Amino acid sequence: MIKKLKSFLNRFVKKLFKKKKTIKLGFYGPPNAGKTTLANKICQDWLGEDMGTVSKIPHETREIKVKEKIVIKSGDKELEFNLIDTPGIATKIDYEDFLRHKISKTQARKRAKEATKGVIESIRWLDNVDVVIVVLDSTENPYSQVNLTIIGNLAARDIPVLIVANKVDLRRSNIKKVESAFPQYKVIGISAQKGKNIEKFYKEVFELVKR
Amino acid sequence: MPYREHSSLTTDEKLKKILRVTKQQKILLMQGKLKPNEEARLIEETMSQITKEFAGISFCTIAPNNGNGKEKEKITTKLKNNLYNLTIGKRDFLTIIGPASIVREIRKNPTKIDLLLHQTKRKK
Repeated sequence: MIKKLKSFLNRFVKKLFKKKKTIKLGFYGPPNAGKTTLANKICQDWLGEDMGTVSKIPHETREIKVKEKIVIKSGDKELEFNLIDTPGIATKIDYEDFLRHKISKTQARKRAKEATKGVIESIRWLDNVDVVIVVLDSTENPYSQVNLTIIGNLAARDIPVLIVANKVDLRRSNIKKVESAFPQYKVIGISAQKGKNIEKFYKEVFELVKR
Repeated sequence: MPYREHSSLTTDEKLKKILRVTKQQKILLMQGKLKPNEEARLIEETMSQITKEFAGISFCTIAPNNGNGKEKEKITTKLKNNLYNLTIGKRDFLTIIGPASIVREIRKNPTKIDLLLHQTKRKK
């Protein structure tokens, strides 16, 4: 309670006396949840270019990527932010898992090494973001420790969070399960690849930044 | 690992101990739970120690109400639990941590936990 009051006062004082800076919007989540696909969709919609490459092989994004000054519009409102796409957070990385995706042993080892560094970088960047979109694969079990750790750390830092249940176009998608796993957060179901519900997503981003 | 064995340790000491046990190919049952920042540090530390032999860990915390600890509780229950946690620590939680080479997956659902292990080839 005291902690919450303290952080509220801190934010209030900061808002009063500091110059308005560009919001840093971070994308967090486990590997292959669709963070970069969603980042690409936003960049395509508002900048006309991609942010990063996507792949079915996990840990395709292995370093932090920042796209500065993205301006999105919803109705007559406008919002400018820096978009931070982070590598997926995992508790284990086995180079042998990459071999199943038909890449060479050398490439798999290199990928694994880079992926471990990416995870560390993602965690360290938790202190540099203002608001966070947690991207989850709605076809997967949401009660994973990685998801709980990410959400727990964001809550401890008092960072506003929006949970995106991605891949709703797939038959196995289960948004209700995501909602019941994180009842205190707003959950929005989208398909970043197909663009489904993307307008609603932009509206929610405006709401998230207001908090 | 009973609560008294890790409650007085610093985060670094705690993580060192956890990783030492899991690197010995053992599954660790820890009474209590890690703080969110300790969980993040555990992932960071694990990642920095990954080698060909050590692929990482799987871990999971079981809340006393068998859920994710975030269900809506009655105010009286919440107060009682908070008081209990403040006085004697979060002892009624249980954390399972295992090496990825043994634990394939810890599947958590609100009411149960499945610990899936890798199959080992036995010599005849």
